[in-house]
Amino acid sequence: MRETTAERWARRSVLTLLTLFVLVPLYVMVSSSVKPLQDVQNAFTWWPRRPTVDAFVDMWSTVPLGRYLVNSLVVSSVAAVLSVAVAIFAAFAVSRYRFRGRGLFSVTVLSTQMFPGILFLLPLFLIYVNLGNATGIQLYASRTGLIVTYLTFSLPFSIWMLVGYFDSIPRGLDEAAQVDGAGPLRTLFQVVLPAAVPGVVAVTVYAFMTAWGEVLFASVMTNEGSRTLAVGLQGYSTQFNVYWNQVMAASLVVSMPVVAGFLALQRYFVAGLTAGAVK
Amino acid sequence: MAITTVHDATGRDGPPRGGAPQNRPRRPRRSLLPYLLLAPAVVLELAIHVVPMLVGAWMSLLELTQFHIRDWSTAPFVGTENYRMVLDLDSAAGAELLHSFQVTVLYTVCSVGLSWVLGTTAAVLLQRPFRGRGLLRALFLTPYALPVYTAVITWSFLFQRDNGLVNHVLVDQLQLLGDRPFWLIGDNSFVALLIVSVWRSWPFAFLCVMAGLQNIPADLYEAAAMDGAGFWRRFRSVTLPMLRPVNLVLLLVLFLWTFNDFNTPYVLFGGSAPEQADLVSIHIYRSSFKTWDFGSGSAMSVALLLFLLLVTAGYLLLTNRRRNDA
Repeated sequence: MRETTAERWARRSVLTLLTLFVLVPLYVMVSSSVKPLQDVQNAFTWWPRRPTVDAFVDMWSTVPLGRYLVNSLVVSSVAAVLSVAVAIFAAFAVSRYRFRGRGLFSVTVLSTQMFPGILFLLPLFLIYVNLGNATGIQLYASRTGLIVTYLTFSLPFSIWMLVGYFDSIPRGLDEAAQVDGAGPLRTLFQVVLPAAVPGVVAVTVYAFMTAWGEVLFASVMTNEGSRTLAVGLQGYSTQFNVYWNQVMAASLVVSMPVVAGFLALQRYFVAGLTAGAVK
Repeated sequence: MAITTVHDATGRDGPPRGGAPQNRPRRPRRSLLPYLLLAPAVVLELAIHVVPMLVGAWMSLLELTQFHIRDWSTAPFVGTENYRMVLDLDSAAGAELLHSFQVTVLYTVCSVGLSWVLGTTAAVLLQRPFRGRGLLRALFLTPYALPVYTAVITWSFLFQRDNGLVNHVLVDQLQLLGDRPFWLIGDNSFVALLIVSVWRSWPFAFLCVMAGLQNIPADLYEAAAMDGAGFWRRFRSVTLPMLRPVNLVLLLVLFLWTFNDFNTPYVLFGGSAPEQADLVSIHIYRSSFKTWDFGSGSAMSVALLLFLLLVTAGYLLLTNRRRNDA
């Protein structure tokens, strides 16, 4: 099955176009971050003529980027860890047990993916506010509220992917452990989980990315103290000025960790999607 | 039996081993354990998704305007009044919602179609190993891995009228256009929104199709090639049918995400979208928080959910029936 010359050239030109489409905005993000403010406010130039790292220094003082970064880090890490912990137990039950309501659970959990965020944003906003007034538990405008909200966002997909991973681990291993007297939880922690480490790591990164990138709830549920990057980055555009070089610098800095994590683990995402889709 | 099984299971672990093996069940038949394992997930989903949704449905029946927002209990029950108001095409609110709905349908169809075509093309072209394939795969996935707001902010910079790249290329370098057009307001804003959306979501299609392609045995292609099938023939007769299960899920998920898309217009246009790119999610958000009329906002949200439920159910019915017929 050899590729004809025409096919090779068609492949090369299409891939080149796609590469340009993807690359140009990424290039602009990087190149603009090393331009002085004046150069990003005047006509666009492809090449930074006077490269400088000023934007990477100034961006911390134009807006309280450090605080936003800490908020995002705390909210996303805690939400990711909790979400994966909850998903592990649920996925173990779905993968290893046949029980009444199993199908209903899977369908319901997946269908929450289809709910428009806007539908439960308004009620959740009012519930959080009223709960705070009634009991003193501050969920509105607090990191706790965001954590609780975000951990449910990644939950359905995490469960789905983990079920796929767990299913691919031979049951013979479980049974061997049970013959040796291990209970279900010991089987989970000593047999199933160790064999699914790549999957668990991939799902954790996915949950982290979900929380790190969320905009809608962050824009309503936070105040100045609990603001995350998703909303905070909008602070670079003021009424008088848009600090494009600093926005690009800040975007670059907050994108790097998640992009690196995702790309490093990409083949486990592919494996998880395959495992989930086979069923 | 059902109630005692948990004790059963632990009890049977207790006695010294060595009894008749067939007496020791490998797994309790109806244990409480799976339910306990599911409990945290169920409680969270209930608390954050299901209960607020029911509350939302209730809110849509109240006159929940700014006068009653502090204390819901004073909000008068108005029945279907909110629905009548937002779905009445003769009223201003109804006409605006219909317009926003039409924009969203067009946006979704274009974005999902383009994303699927680009994703499938790239995945098929990267099917066979060549130098630099890993690098291209990583590059193509990057837009999906970027946090949505950094990607969209970057695009809003590209689309700036005076200092953006798009006008620089189109007007200054290629001289295709005489005047510098606005991209983020007016008629062009729909195109701008669509481009950003496709840029963000085609890598997901790429990822899914790539995963699906790994399940196609290579000898199917060998056999097709042996029979003299060219590239297109192999794509139509081997790749597409084998990808069907993946595509069914992929298209549905892309449809739902795109139809509910809030982030892209919100960040691209800075809070409020121009009329030409007024997607339903942002329309509801704006009309709820600008006027503090949560009652009609909830009514619109519920109507949106019902619409999505109908489309999804129809889609599943249709695709299942075709599978059974085949």
